[in-house]
Amino acid sequence: MQADVAVIGAGAAGLAAAVAAKKAGAEEVLIIDREEKLGGILPQCIHTGFGLQYFQENLTGPEYALKFIEEARRLGVKSLTNTMVLRLRPGEITAANSQQGIFTVKARAIVFAAGARERPIGAIGVPGTRPAGIYTAGLAQKLMDNYGLLPGREIVVLGSGDVGLIMARRFAMEGAKVKAVVEIMPYPGGLARNVVQCLEDWGIPLLLSHTVTKIHGKNRVEAVTIAKVDDKLRPIPGTERKISCDALVLSVGLIPEIELLEEAGAQLDPHTGGPIVDENMETSLRGVFAAGNAVCIFDSVDNVSITGETAGKAAALHVQQKLQRPAKPIRIAPGRNVRYVVPQLVSGSRSVKIYVRVSKPLRNAAIMLGDKTVRRAPRLTPPEMVTLTLSKTVLEGLEGEVKLNVEGEEG
Amino acid sequence: MKIYDVAIIGAGITGTAIARELSKYKLKTLLIDKEVDIAFGGATKANTGIIHAGYDDPPGSNRAKYCPKGNSLWPKLAKELEIPFKQTSSFVVVFNEEDVKELENLLERGRKNGVPRLEIIHDKKRLAQMEPHLSPRAVAALWAPTAGIISPYEAAIALAENARENGVEIFLETRVERVKVENGEVKGVETSRGFIPAKVVVNAAGLYADEISRTAGVDYFTIHPRKGEYHIYDKRLGHLARRPLFPTPTPISKGIVVTPTVEGNLLIGPNARDISDKEDTSTTREGLDEVMRGAAKLIPGIEKYRRLIIRNFAGLRAEPSTRDFIVEAYDDPRGFINVAGIRSPGLTSAPAIAQAVAEMIAEKELLKLQKKEKFNPYRKAIPRVVEMPPSEANKLIKEKPEYGHIICRCEHVSEGEVIEAIRRGAKTIDGIKFRTRAGMGRCQGGFCTYYVLKILARELGVPEEKVTKRGKGSELFPYKIKELVRRDENAS
Ligand SMILES: Cc1cc2nc3c(=O)[nH]c(=O)nc-3n(C[C@H](O)[C@H](O)[C@H](O)COP(=O)(O)OP(=O)(O)OC[C@H]3O[C@@H](n4cnc5c(N)ncnc54)[C@H](O)[C@@H]3O)c2cc1C
Ligand SMILES: Cc1cc2nc3c(=O)[nH]c(=O)nc-3n(C[C@H](O)[C@H](O)[C@H](O)COP(=O)(O)OP(=O)(O)OC[C@H]3O[C@@H](n4cnc5c(N)ncnc54)[C@H](O)[C@@H]3O)c2cc1C
Repeated sequence: MQADVAVIGAGAAGLAAAVAAKKAGAEEVLIIDREEKLGGILPQCIHTGFGLQYFQENLTGPEYALKFIEEARRLGVKSLTNTMVLRLRPGEITAANSQQGIFTVKARAIVFAAGARERPIGAIGVPGTRPAGIYTAGLAQKLMDNYGLLPGREIVVLGSGDVGLIMARRFAMEGAKVKAVVEIMPYPGGLARNVVQCLEDWGIPLLLSHTVTKIHGKNRVEAVTIAKVDDKLRPIPGTERKISCDALVLSVGLIPEIELLEEAGAQLDPHTGGPIVDENMETSLRGVFAAGNAVCIFDSVDNVSITGETAGKAAALHVQQKLQRPAKPIRIAPGRNVRYVVPQLVSGSRSVKIYVRVSKPLRNAAIMLGDKTVRRAPRLTPPEMVTLTLSKTVLEGLEGEVKLNVEGEEG
Repeated sequence: MKIYDVAIIGAGITGTAIARELSKYKLKTLLIDKEVDIAFGGATKANTGIIHAGYDDPPGSNRAKYCPKGNSLWPKLAKELEIPFKQTSSFVVVFNEEDVKELENLLERGRKNGVPRLEIIHDKKRLAQMEPHLSPRAVAALWAPTAGIISPYEAAIALAENARENGVEIFLETRVERVKVENGEVKGVETSRGFIPAKVVVNAAGLYADEISRTAGVDYFTIHPRKGEYHIYDKRLGHLARRPLFPTPTPISKGIVVTPTVEGNLLIGPNARDISDKEDTSTTREGLDEVMRGAAKLIPGIEKYRRLIIRNFAGLRAEPSTRDFIVEAYDDPRGFINVAGIRSPGLTSAPAIAQAVAEMIAEKELLKLQKKEKFNPYRKAIPRVVEMPPSEANKLIKEKPEYGHIICRCEHVSEGEVIEAIRRGAKTIDGIKFRTRAGMGRCQGGFCTYYVLKILARELGVPEEKVTKRGKGSELFPYKIKELVRRDENAS
């Protein structure tokens, strides 16, 4: 097969990329996904809260996806579902499905938009048994949506990121009792509005500075032991308490799904877990672009779609040999109180939107690029990603590596 | 009622190896296990997966007799049955000059046990070349070229499949309650599904072999569990060890090992803790930390990769009070054979023990052993579509399109492989996992569980909520949403 632009992953990022590539003049655009339907994780997010910025509408996940899917259809984007991409090299993708077997797609540009996967229990090392009844939130969600099945009657959720919060409410809505949402950090991992709407409104206790220290049960989860943690996040002896439950749902973080890029030799950023990209969302592999949660974990779908658009458009321009690449890129590196910054490389020759995640809650914060203050904010927290536009004037005269620092009072 | 010649209790590596060995003969053989699938109930699914060379078992013991012999049988067996196996060799590593003496003792013991080609490498440079990530403090190692690594559950599954192909019957979800003995002779076994008559009963019940043996009137030993815990790492770290790396053995175990698995992950463990509950396969904070410390002596810096741990697990060794394998046919009751206390290196020893059981049956004239003319020694593994040459893969997918649908993101397992695993007897999520590796990769089933559950429900003709992780009581998603809501309405 052949395509001008091949997009891996048909989530919010991939769909936006495909649409943008078409609009920017790419003729053959092919989008590939391993799932049964288009939309990535959106079809399983049946709550509202999508598209507030992008469409100025409060949509459900499936509604948000449908807008893009319809536009992609209208523009003539080709799609393959139930198709797993096995290998990626600049200019070529190897994939498998039932109709075509194992096949290659020659693509002049590739957009990598494979999303993120959920961190499994092994990675957090909770001792105890491994019976039935331990699920990642996304898996639990998918089974509820597709088969109307609930993971348990009495559920403990570990992790208070948005996914964990939304799932806790969903369980409660479907008739299960959510015994607690347990969070190891001293502050919730998800957005403030989700803490109110998903937990407080439903009377679900949120236990901050707590973690699960043991899982009990032979065939099925019977209980978990939780404990308070100290400021080094270590369980404090003597604070253990056992909560009976029949399911433990994990929402302990997402990891960009970058194996294919890694194998292809793309440079990665240890801070994001994703590839290093420039302001065109191009990776270190020429002609290979990346977008969405595959680059870093975004909290709102709108920004995911925007990175998809950037990547799709740049891919189309690359095919037409019209893409302007930063000649001497400025490297924006995370400095004080900053977990990561995306894109990592900017040209300085035009204004550019960047995404910043702080590493702890800060009051009276000032975001500084080098010694220039680029924004002040009364409060910044890790769950709330900061979107900033760096103007040409701010970038003027910068070269090499520049640190992005956030100053402020802790708390 | 059908009378079996032989009933084997326990479908771990020992029971399945015996079943396969006996399937070479014209016998009516039955293999029984209480669990829903092969190798589900004991040590066979949770161990280090090493085919030991056999240098550290006390000369003259059964362990010393069967381990090197088993080691020599595995390469051919693995080939015949397409079991993932690699002869990697192994190292026992020491960190100071005084301990080189210990290696010499082991070498000497190995010679007595008939272990071939042992060598002490007393050369830091050579060690570093052979194992680039081994601690630079290592001064010498005992090199055992015949050691290897294997997939232990796949080995048991392959042995069981081949035994069945050659006429052995398998009853799962059947618990043996006692051995029936009359006038000093074995008559069969009482089970949860009724009485099964058999002329010879082979007790390979792992941790429960002492209890079974007692019902037959043989009660000179007991078995207690000794727990071993593990961390298993993402394949990204598989390169940290090229072969099993041991410290010097302790009186109760071979010590905490760092080893690649045959599938390419890195495995560290086990520690050794004596416990009392034969069902307690939970991991503990202390145990997991102990394993980490042990491994860090061999591979310094390993504790930095906690994030790449994909799973922890624990296995229970069946430690006999006699401290040695009990492989014995009795005159009273006649027809009863114990294959008990099969602690480490039981995996390695299984094929040799199986031959010994056949010999005992012949020697004691319990049964007449006549070779079958049509014994088929071969078993084909489930085809791994992504590992085939592309033209072959595409031929298969054309014939059976389900092999083109990849449902596991980490190990790239196809729907066709899952269907084939079900055809061969998998009934649960874990059964699929052990047969195909779907769910064993870095995402630990986050992606594939949905598909595996769906395929299981469809192929077995059961509703999704009845699909289990590993048998009754472990239903994955036991409740329908509507039922729950209704239950609440009734309550209020
Ligand atoms: C429970 C939950 C609630 C959320 N709530 C909100 C909300 O209220 N408001 C909001 O704005 N945002 C919300 N988000 C965030 C937002 O939905 C996501 O950030 C966004 O959808 C991510 O899109 P993506 O395209 O990057 O990734 P995904 O949607 O994950 O798409 C990636 C796609 O790539 C495919 N893929 C990966 N690898 C391969 C391969 N090798 N071959 C083929 N296909 C492959 C995957 O199957 C997947 O379909 C929520 C997220 C979750 C999980
Ligand atoms: C931590 C650890 C590490 C090890 N590492 C190695 C190694 O690297 N190399 C090596 O060679 N060996 C190793 N071993 C030893 C090896 O794993 C065991 O010796 C071997 O697996 C024992 O197999 P088995 O078939 O005898 O017992 P099991 O695998 O325990 O099987 C016994 C079976 O009997 C069934 N059963 C029990 N009671 C009944 C009943 N009443 N009715 C019906 N069925 C019943 C159980 O369900 C089970 O399936 C290790 C062991 C452990 C625990």
